Amino acid sequence: MIAELFAISLAAILVENFVLVQFMGICPFLGVSKKVETALGMGIAVTFVMAISNLLTFIVDKYVLKAYGFEYLQTIVFILIIAALVQFVEMFLQKSLPTLYASLGIYLPLITTNCAVLGVAITAAEDSESVITAVWQGAMAGVGFLLAILLLAGIRERLDDEKYPKALRGFPIALITASLLAIAFLGFSGFTVG
Amino acid sequence: MKFLKDSLKRGIITENPTFVLVLGMCPTLAVTTTVANGIGMGLSATIVLMLSNFFISLLRKFIPQKVRIAAYIVVIASFVTIVQMLLQAYFPDLYKSLGIFIPLIVVNCIILARAEAFASKNGPFASLLDGLGMGLGFTVSLTLISAIRQVLGSVLKIGFFTLPPGGFLVLGLLLAAFGVLSNKGGKDK
Repeated sequence: MIAELFAISLAAILVENFVLVQFMGICPFLGVSKKVETALGMGIAVTFVMAISNLLTFIVDKYVLKAYGFEYLQTIVFILIIAALVQFVEMFLQKSLPTLYASLGIYLPLITTNCAVLGVAITAAEDSESVITAVWQGAMAGVGFLLAILLLAGIRERLDDEKYPKALRGFPIALITASLLAIAFLGFSGFTVG
Repeated sequence: MKFLKDSLKRGIITENPTFVLVLGMCPTLAVTTTVANGIGMGLSATIVLMLSNFFISLLRKFIPQKVRIAAYIVVIASFVTIVQMLLQAYFPDLYKSLGIFIPLIVVNCIILARAEAFASKNGPFASLLDGLGMGLGFTVSLTLISAIRQVLGSVLKIGFFTLPPGGFLVLGLLLAAFGVLSNKGGKDK
């Protein structure tokens, strides 16, 4: 079990990093990576939502959709669960943990349209065998997102002080930086455990 | 007719979803390894965009303000499911190569953005055309990126361009080029 969880972590964070290798969650990756602090907030919020949404979507998929032959409703049901969950997490944090809400609040509504959340839910529903591995896969995909967005934000903060062609300001330089990061992550490809 | 021309011009040039609005980046990077995939994804998104814009516009007076985003997502997800089934039945190869990015059309920001910014305020016919224009703008952008990547990667055998870093690099340089071109246009006026 522990070996399996370790293999999932390694795959989700490095070998098949959701952002840099599988191209999911690019919008927040580019949009919220100007400062390390906001990138950290977004990354933690995403990790949190991914783990819980995988728990709910996996259970609903296995015991309701697949059990009663409603597989074709997967996309609709999953996105509704995620949207409702994000709304619920937002209300819960606002009431119970106002300090955490103050730092994460503005990122939460954006998570509904982060395709990595729906992506990892669908992947886990196809691949995972138990609820534990599904939740773990969600959490680790979130950590992979956190790692990627932190790396990019750190580099972009430093780039602010550097001189580079004006035409590359904003998105172009972020994409070129992401390209270099993706080259680094290519080094992990073909790396398997167990 | 003028309406159609305006929608097409807005979608393909002045408000091009990829190069001007910078929306829907995930499929733009992920499926553009071959031209066939790029066009397939572009047209699938166009169909979803037209139908969801049309129906959201028809329903715009019945959807309560507070739950509108959830309502839009249900409409969009329904059409994505229909497109997914049609692709699976009639274009199994394309279905396989686009893979998980077909259900992910649901969270393509372009579609939700047009529902919120256009279909919720305009009539059904205008919204349908807006969806067509935006969808074709998206398709043209994907075709352009995938053509560059396929020529460099598969024809000239520079494998780098079919890998993820190549996708980021090509899109970054194209965005820079469009930025320079549109700034120049502004100065000339």
